[in-house]
Amino acid sequence: MSIAGGQRSKGANGWLLSAPALVLLVFAASGPLLIVALYSVLEKGDYSGVRWILSGDGWFRVLFERDIFDQTVSLADANLSIFWRSVKLSISTTVITFVLGLPTAWFIATRPAKSRAFWLFLITIPFWTNLLIRTFAIMEVVRNEGILNTALISAGLISDPIQIMYTDTAVLIGMTYVYLPLMVLPLYAAIDRFDFRLIEAGYDLYASRWQVLRGVILPIIKPGIIAGSILVFIPSLGAYVTPRLLGGGKNMMIGNFIELQFGQGQNWPLGAALSTVLLLIVLVSLVVYTRVSSRDNPHG
Amino acid sequence: MAKKRAFDVTTLPGFTFIAVVAFVLLYAPIATLVIYSFNGGNSVNQWGGFSLQWYVVAFNNEAVQDAAIRSLIIALWASVISTTVATMAALGTTRRGRFKGQTLIYIIINQPLMVPEIVTAVALLIFFSSVKVATGYTGLGYLILAHSAFCIPFAYLPIKARLEGMDTSMETAAADLYATPWQTFRYVTLPLLLPGVIAGAMLAFIISLDNVIITEFVKSAGQDTLPTYMLGQLRRALTPEVNAISTALLALTVLILIVFVFVTKKRA
Repeated sequence: MSIAGGQRSKGANGWLLSAPALVLLVFAASGPLLIVALYSVLEKGDYSGVRWILSGDGWFRVLFERDIFDQTVSLADANLSIFWRSVKLSISTTVITFVLGLPTAWFIATRPAKSRAFWLFLITIPFWTNLLIRTFAIMEVVRNEGILNTALISAGLISDPIQIMYTDTAVLIGMTYVYLPLMVLPLYAAIDRFDFRLIEAGYDLYASRWQVLRGVILPIIKPGIIAGSILVFIPSLGAYVTPRLLGGGKNMMIGNFIELQFGQGQNWPLGAALSTVLLLIVLVSLVVYTRVSSRDNPHG
Repeated sequence: MAKKRAFDVTTLPGFTFIAVVAFVLLYAPIATLVIYSFNGGNSVNQWGGFSLQWYVVAFNNEAVQDAAIRSLIIALWASVISTTVATMAALGTTRRGRFKGQTLIYIIINQPLMVPEIVTAVALLIFFSSVKVATGYTGLGYLILAHSAFCIPFAYLPIKARLEGMDTSMETAAADLYATPWQTFRYVTLPLLLPGVIAGAMLAFIISLDNVIITEFVKSAGQDTLPTYMLGQLRRALTPEVNAISTALLALTVLILIVFVFVTKKRA
């Protein structure tokens, strides 16, 4: 019996030993999320902060705006375009990282056992490298005076630099770059358990390579595909650093829009409501993920 | 005609090509960043000969020094605190069968991995700003607390993995020889668990050292860490000084990861 054995029940000991971690997390991570939900239904303060009066204005302003002169209500187009950009860029990032990530994960998983750890390590380094450093590295590539434009100009392909920096394309390139390892790692984990004899069986039954990929490989590694997609989609949707540095002030995503409300915008209830929306989207994605993966993978 | 290679079931058309492209795309920007940190010129993309001058500039920059020291202090505290509580939690939730509420504990522990960082950052901004007003305390404590919390899952996972792979027979033997639960833990469980604890502490250290968003929102005036200092710099005119700081941080991360690989590889 370990330290926690003895006469006391397993459950009591489990809770007791977990208590310090739980207290810390509830105090400095989970608990404050409830405060955000509360702030979203309060009235906005004069400068920053809130007044302790219930108000639906924060939530109202997520989607609508009221004309300051005649009080007519209309959809807030600026907000909608930010939501649309966030969703569009996050889905695009997920798709592109999958297209690049699947072959990469496949490549690593089919290396001989000896060199596999090395290739895996090469994916792990960017994974653990500071997000800011990786975004900075991409800035240096896409800037007007960056490597890409310099190379294209010196090759004589273009005469003036292409404006990539501060566009949605720059944000998309940046997010694909920083989140690619998050797609590769779960895909690798799924492919690593893959029984390659199944492919042989597929070929024996005269399947083409494409049929084997679609009919045998993809269905079996589906849990890895879903896990990778969730791992890329969620941080993309809440991305802050990458769109801020690569998108500039105009090409905001939800994360930057939230920050704006706590900075210059000075509308904490709106910022809190937007945060709650983001949180709910994540929650729904996770629930869907758990449902789908437990249905597809009864053994896992 | 070229000789056709033997049919390999693990090969898929174009996969190796795309994989190689992906690796090149992953490393080319980082490599460029590292190379230009040794630039003799003033530009981040005009090569002016090899020089270590930007490392000297960064090293002598007082703001960088302060930020680096602050980053290290926070990361050390955060990794010690998060690893300690994560070890206890791992001991409480592993190898003893399921108990009521275990799923809830898992959810709370892994929560920082799921909630978008910007949301946690905003939540802590709101919460800590009222605590700051109420208590008058504006020290590094808030950052240490916040970092300790979001580092917990990173410390917890390797420790839990290690515990699950450990044989319980040694502990049973110790208990049979009348060791007290504490003696069993101190002389049997902990030494066996140590590689997992070290691995957890290292991951927590890296995660704390690299954090940008939560730090940016929680810090009080004059509490820049290395990443938030860099974030401020990236919006101004760039000199290779930023490359030098990035390269130093990158080197530290790679070093810790290499040690991590060796620690986790060793089997007890």
